Amino acid sequence: MSYTNEDGAMLTADGQPLKRSLATALRRQKIRALLLISPLLIFVLITFLFPIGSMLFRSVENHIVAEILPDTVVALATWDGKSGELPDESIYAAFAGDIQRAAITKSHTRVGLRLNYEKSGSASLFKKTARQAKKWDLETDAPFKEKLIAAHKGWGEVEIWQTLKTHSSRYTAGYFLNAVDMRKTQDGPEFQPENRQILIKLFQRTLIMSLLITLACITLGYPVAWLLANLPRRQSNLLMILVLLPFWTSLLVRTSAWKVMLQQQGVINDILVALGMVEETGRLIMINNQFGTIVAMTHILLPFMILPMYSVMQTIQPTYLQAAKSLGATNWTAFWRVYFPQSVPGIGAGSILVFILSIGYYITPEIVGGNKGVFISNRIAYHIFQSMNWGLAAALGTILLAIVLILYWAYDKVVGIDNVKLGG
Amino acid sequence: MKFTKTVLVTVALSLSTGLASAGAHEEMTIVSWGGAYSKSQLKAYHEPYTAMTGVTIINDESAGTAVAKLRAMKEAGNLTWDVVDVEAGPAMQLCDEGLAMEIDHDTMLAAAPDGTPASEDFGSFIVSPCFIPQIVYSYTVGYRNDMVGSTPPTSICAIFDTETYPGKRSLKKGALSNMEWALLCDGVAKADIYPMLETAEGQDQALAKLDTIKDDVIWWSAGADTPQLLADGEVVMGSTFNGRLFALIEEQKQPVSMLWDGQIYDLDGWIIPTGLSPERQARALDYVKFATDTQRLADQSKWISYGPTRASSAPLVDKHAELGIAMAPHMPTDPANSNNTFLMNYAFWADYKDDVESKFQAWLAK
Repeated sequence: MSYTNEDGAMLTADGQPLKRSLATALRRQKIRALLLISPLLIFVLITFLFPIGSMLFRSVENHIVAEILPDTVVALATWDGKSGELPDESIYAAFAGDIQRAAITKSHTRVGLRLNYEKSGSASLFKKTARQAKKWDLETDAPFKEKLIAAHKGWGEVEIWQTLKTHSSRYTAGYFLNAVDMRKTQDGPEFQPENRQILIKLFQRTLIMSLLITLACITLGYPVAWLLANLPRRQSNLLMILVLLPFWTSLLVRTSAWKVMLQQQGVINDILVALGMVEETGRLIMINNQFGTIVAMTHILLPFMILPMYSVMQTIQPTYLQAAKSLGATNWTAFWRVYFPQSVPGIGAGSILVFILSIGYYITPEIVGGNKGVFISNRIAYHIFQSMNWGLAAALGTILLAIVLILYWAYDKVVGIDNVKLGG
Repeated sequence: MKFTKTVLVTVALSLSTGLASAGAHEEMTIVSWGGAYSKSQLKAYHEPYTAMTGVTIINDESAGTAVAKLRAMKEAGNLTWDVVDVEAGPAMQLCDEGLAMEIDHDTMLAAAPDGTPASEDFGSFIVSPCFIPQIVYSYTVGYRNDMVGSTPPTSICAIFDTETYPGKRSLKKGALSNMEWALLCDGVAKADIYPMLETAEGQDQALAKLDTIKDDVIWWSAGADTPQLLADGEVVMGSTFNGRLFALIEEQKQPVSMLWDGQIYDLDGWIIPTGLSPERQARALDYVKFATDTQRLADQSKWISYGPTRASSAPLVDKHAELGIAMAPHMPTDPANSNNTFLMNYAFWADYKDDVESKFQAWLAK
């Protein structure tokens, strides 16, 4: 029996060409590997990528107006919004029909709410109009222009029609514009009126405060991590437990504890007053402001800084320091020139962790941040839970995600992600 | 082999206990406000109902954001609430949006003991076809006796007077109540407040007045926040629901007094969300029928100082169940407490909540 066929290709024992047989075996292996990771893959797809994807999609999706007022949207296509004149009767009639149908299915409030994000007062306008529109007879009650203006004088203003027309497309960049304090108008993007410009400020505040928190964590965490890595085993174990205990305590408990500590009648103020360092009437305000947020978040995020630093410092050989000293270096030079550079990957890893965690933080600023110490994520939560402006919330979330990715990329360029070590 | 067997047996066991417990325990989620208020409902409604039917009641405390959450649940198609406790305005709003079920009060709720149908017994408190009235309460202000010097405040406008009453004050993190008081204290006549709040200028005027104390305010989002802040001495005065202040003053004996002036009456009641499965809906209706009968409404007033909305419950209001003090003088509607009051305009808030609230929140974030 020969192990080559007539073309001279190698054959296996069962007569298959070797190449094909190897390929089959490899494919089988790949499938097996895929099957093994498939539970995780499916889990990640279903619980992570899919929800994030659909949430991001909401930032451009805008079907409410077109869905609930279809005839009006078609009719408005022929109207020139820039002329400054009210639409004609045919558009009012189309709208009367739409709003009546919407009132019957009780969907008018959704379109009112949608337009209220753009023009304050739209929600009540739609509610009041729909109540009247239910009673109209579409065949005999024309003309509707007067009727609508009588139902609410808002329909006699050009602005509401311009808003309707501008926001009738099925996909929109409007939410992204809103997210950076701009708005979509018929003349293109414009800045919001001054009293509605809050989001860029919030983004800046989030970034600056996260940076401060990261710096505070480095300053406080570095000596602790050094002690952990260099103390004798028994003491370092005890210290490790002290670092981990708060880490295992519920976030809410720790945040509430800071409330008790920092408030005006709280522990710290009481001690300062007892020591005579602060007047009874001049108790410090340390909570419900930025200071409270920074203190509480630094405390909560500190283990995320200490642990990566510790795991890196543990691998630094003490013999290097001894060698440096034996060559005549002072304690400081030995630390700064030999020890510190080797510990930088730990600082990098800790900083990335702390910074990324803190720009997305929500619950701690909400509890101790008051008005001035809240982050952009608190605004996102407000739009998700209260104003129901999910499109804007999604746009803000997308921007936040992009900022994180850009910072990550910049970090990689400047420091190099290979230098980041989470352990070993 | 032995291992596989053990695993199988464990799985089978846990499955069967899981199924058994699902069968024996019926559960329903009731959304309310937490704190002293939820306690009064627990004592007056939940405990007797569970004892009678065996249905376990889960108390969810997110009534403050009920409208938004019900909208979100509809959007997501996942309704987890069975009965929701809301104020009159949000009830009208939810009814308008088709998120709350319309109720036939006479057939679905218990008649008074003398046979008066429910709709007459509740009378004008049925402000919306979806609304099942429960209590009358008020937004009012309490202040620390030891922080106001020798001149305790007598007017609601003390909240804007940071010179006479320095220190933080706690106000609701929302437009409702603050906008009314702001205009009232800016010299607007009571009758003109709601018409003015319908206009952008009126809203701006109210926010401008609030601007004068913005840095002195801690904003609360749960009814229990102000009592806590007052007890800690963190604020000199703060607004909340009158029953919370009753609990703070009478039950916890804190050095706090009521400032009844300018209190804003509101109603609170149940709604049942639309879209429940028939059996869940039947259970929700059964609960609501039980919880709003004459005796039960009167029972709740033994635990908290809110007035029952049934005419037939009023004569049954008696003494506090644990303290033994008469409850009538602590009711917001008692003549001694209601010199200068005003009735919340539910219809206004049902229509304008979204407009005014978004403006207020933008102002707050600045």
